Amino acid sequence: MRIKHLIGILAAGAALVLAAASPAQTIKIGVINTYSGPFATLGDLIDKGFKLYMKQNADKLPPGVKIELIIRDDGGPNPDKAKQLLQELIVRDKVQFLTGVVFTPNALAMAPLTAEAKLPFFIMNAGTSVITERSPYIARFSFTLWQSSYPLGAWASRRYKRAYIAVSDFAPGHDSEAGFERGFTEGGGKIIGKVRIPLANPDFVPFMQRVKDAKPDVLMAFTPAGRQATQIMKAYGDLGLDKAGIKFIGPGDITTDEELPNMGDVALGVITMHHYSAAATRPANKAFIAAWKKEYGEKSWPSFMSVGGWDAMDAIYYAIREQKGKLDPDRTMALVKKYKNPISPRGPIAIDPATRDIIQNEYMREVKKVGGVLANVEFETFEQVKDPWKELKK
Amino acid sequence: MRWGVRLEAFLSALVSVAFHGAAYGMILYVISVGLSVTMGMMGFVNLAHGVFAMAGGYILITALDRFGVPYPLALVLAFVLVAAGSMVLERLLYSRLYTAGDLAQVLFTIGLIFIAVATARLLFGTMQLLVNLPDYLKGQVSVLGRDFPAFRVFLITFSAVMVGVLWFGVERTRWGAMVRAAVDNGPMARAVGINTRRLFTLTFALGSGLAGLGGALGAEILTVQPIYPFEHLVYFLIVVAVGGLGSLRGPFVAALLIGITDTACKYWVPQFGAFFIYVATIAVLLWRPTGLFGVAHR
Amino acid sequence: MIRQASYGAEARIGWLEWLPFAAALAVFFALPEYVPFGARILVYILFALSLDLILGYAGIITLGHTAFFGLGAYVAGILGAKAGVTDPLLQMAAAGAAAAVLGVATGAVILRTRGLTLLMLTLAITTILLEIANKATNLTGGADGLSGITVSPIFGLFRFDMFGKTAYLYCLLSLFIGWWIVRRLIYSPFGASLVGIRENVVRMHAIGAPAYARLVAVYTISGTIAGCAGALLMQTNQFVGLNVLSFEFAGELLVMLVLGGVGRIYGAFVGPLVYMIAQDQLAKQFPEYWYFGIGLLLVAVVLFARGGLLGIADAIARTLRGASR
Repeated sequence: MRIKHLIGILAAGAALVLAAASPAQTIKIGVINTYSGPFATLGDLIDKGFKLYMKQNADKLPPGVKIELIIRDDGGPNPDKAKQLLQELIVRDKVQFLTGVVFTPNALAMAPLTAEAKLPFFIMNAGTSVITERSPYIARFSFTLWQSSYPLGAWASRRYKRAYIAVSDFAPGHDSEAGFERGFTEGGGKIIGKVRIPLANPDFVPFMQRVKDAKPDVLMAFTPAGRQATQIMKAYGDLGLDKAGIKFIGPGDITTDEELPNMGDVALGVITMHHYSAAATRPANKAFIAAWKKEYGEKSWPSFMSVGGWDAMDAIYYAIREQKGKLDPDRTMALVKKYKNPISPRGPIAIDPATRDIIQNEYMREVKKVGGVLANVEFETFEQVKDPWKELKK
Repeated sequence: MRWGVRLEAFLSALVSVAFHGAAYGMILYVISVGLSVTMGMMGFVNLAHGVFAMAGGYILITALDRFGVPYPLALVLAFVLVAAGSMVLERLLYSRLYTAGDLAQVLFTIGLIFIAVATARLLFGTMQLLVNLPDYLKGQVSVLGRDFPAFRVFLITFSAVMVGVLWFGVERTRWGAMVRAAVDNGPMARAVGINTRRLFTLTFALGSGLAGLGGALGAEILTVQPIYPFEHLVYFLIVVAVGGLGSLRGPFVAALLIGITDTACKYWVPQFGAFFIYVATIAVLLWRPTGLFGVAHR
Repeated sequence: MIRQASYGAEARIGWLEWLPFAAALAVFFALPEYVPFGARILVYILFALSLDLILGYAGIITLGHTAFFGLGAYVAGILGAKAGVTDPLLQMAAAGAAAAVLGVATGAVILRTRGLTLLMLTLAITTILLEIANKATNLTGGADGLSGITVSPIFGLFRFDMFGKTAYLYCLLSLFIGWWIVRRLIYSPFGASLVGIRENVVRMHAIGAPAYARLVAVYTISGTIAGCAGALLMQTNQFVGLNVLSFEFAGELLVMLVLGGVGRIYGAFVGPLVYMIAQDQLAKQFPEYWYFGIGLLLVAVVLFARGGLLGIADAIARTLRGASR
């Protein structure tokens, strides 16, 4: 009995000594993501992405540094709720990093607070170009709609003469519409019609009928990734636009990897441009997919949102490493402006020091059957594209 | 020459709009007719009517996907299960509030909507669910030289038949006569020995069952998702209010008008959205507060 | 459902009625981390108060009160974001004025109807405003909401910062003024005539009281207060989203008021407070169950506890008084 007591006391003493010797530091990271409501699957994909990164890279943190995630649910595009959640994260929880955010309106509402509180905000998804200009503490690790839609317009203008644009009526939709129009018309094409579809789950059929009656060569469509994309694809098929010879193209949001199985064969041949496809064969992606399936199941697929989560977390780890756990917001931003990752699952990425926005490859893909399942097969690469909206403003 | 082409294009667009608008309008009617009759009969403000339509949609999709039930049977299930469920709700909860006043009824039914929305989210997740139509209803059919989506053709014909049966039932059967009597003058109907309580329960069940059927049929147009009762409540109420409480023909006209106008606006002036419909609703209600064909006894 | 109002002796402000304001000040000093949250509760209390005025006292059943709230929020927001009018008091004044115009214009027209028609019309008006806000993207930001609003410091001195202290006191002061106005209104002959109209409009006509004019008047006043509350919310958040005009939001505010107790001023204080605190603690963990619980609560209140929390408190007080005799 006495010996057991003695060992216990020694062990406790040893633990105390060890604890005192290595000052454990907890870094609080606030995550505002969407876990409920109609868009919960998008938030879930991002969540899986960054949690997988954290699991695989636990050894990349400096010794004695721990990460505490404080996760909050904004419930969808609810900018006022997102802003309130951020206020609480800053005032009550005193977070040192902010990340996550699926929706542009939420990001825009939160931007002024990040500037006032000097809180580094690494965006995992929201893709409207203007967001990074609203606060000097924002860096984006996802994409912008101009990055995919502008080169897409340029590419399409070399093959088609008359285009019709149909986008959902919110900021990313407006960006996609403007980017494609600019790229297409600069290449000599003509936009014969545009329509903006209400964001709140509309019936796409009257809009597709309008497109069909206008008889364009190609339809450029953009909806939020996921179910709505399937619905517009179905309307396209049901009304016979494919048989009428109208080609369906758009940014990759309309054929996301995790939603493709629901679309059916009507999606075959659809051409999209995006920064990530789960079917990509580069080694970094193969490793990523393998790790993903091991963690989340053989039937599970990541999407571009998951990669956004992965890469943003990589940048956070980078900032923590470089500062050895002692974080200063301005130093963090200076570091992130020099960030480069040549082995991201999506290919080489970097942060543009002038705009704090992401520089990445964009790939032309076509939907084909690979091994009996639908996949986005890359066939052409546009290297290291900077956000065209900001480039063209210069 | 140019005029001919333009006219042809315009007429073609008109046909499209009329067709899709009619499909939408028929669905709105099938869903809302129950609300009109029950509100006319018992004066109960049931804002939760959309819940029955949503339930019908979920039942259909579950039957098709999870249990592999053939489509026609799934439609029947949607009708029957929702009707039965509504009967239980009516006996247990609704009946306590018949004399409770408008405010209590409004609050109660809003509470029901909240419960239904949360339950749908918990059971089915938050995304909208898509219907896997049987192959014989997919694709296009050629009618008078034009292609129309087959399912919408089916929708219009099936709804028209349902409406025909309903009107026949109300005009020609004894049950129908009792319903009309109870709507026109409740106390008098009771005085001649009609059991209005039981009649109401049955009519409520029928109306809710129809709503379920409408929700199941219209799952493509009014997508099945948890916030369904909030999203479409305005339209159901507009159909009933503009058509006239307690009337059968009124909501039919109103529903078709709304369906076609809404589709026309989406097609020709999408930047205005549904603005025009709401303005028109206000105008009609101010001109005829009891609706176009309303029975003015409330 | 609605408690009888009265006037006379009760018109004097009892010491108990100062309690909410004293408590609010105490929170300001004791719980600085919850101040931004508290500011929002104060705004909702003000809105619930305005809603109670027409719902509880005048008996007008409306689903469209958020139309005034939303209009006020957007008017103030557009002034701050697009028109360069950044003074908060000017913004609130404009919001109130706009809401008043809407109140008179719509009230004069729709208050001639009753029942479902009236309900429908209020819903239609709110939905129209929602559609306009949704489509006029250049003015309102559409589905993305209106951001980039500038609100300058009050009197050039008190800045609206992220800690929300200025906002809190500003909301508290506004609530105080709103409360005072509502209270005066209710405990006056005008307020008594409202109850008369609610209970028996035929008799009111028989004694020559201008029922319609009174209804329009109270509708406009109530709408103006709601519009000011909307401007307050905008200034506290420096943001306006489409949700202020949504049916879900209207439903939530109705739940808050009913929870506290309709037709008694302090129901509007108790309801939002309890609801918001419960939501803050519970809804984060279980968002879907929270929604379910709120629906269940509403049904339960309607079936068993029509007077809301204050009604239950009344019943307990009565039992205790009865027991002590």
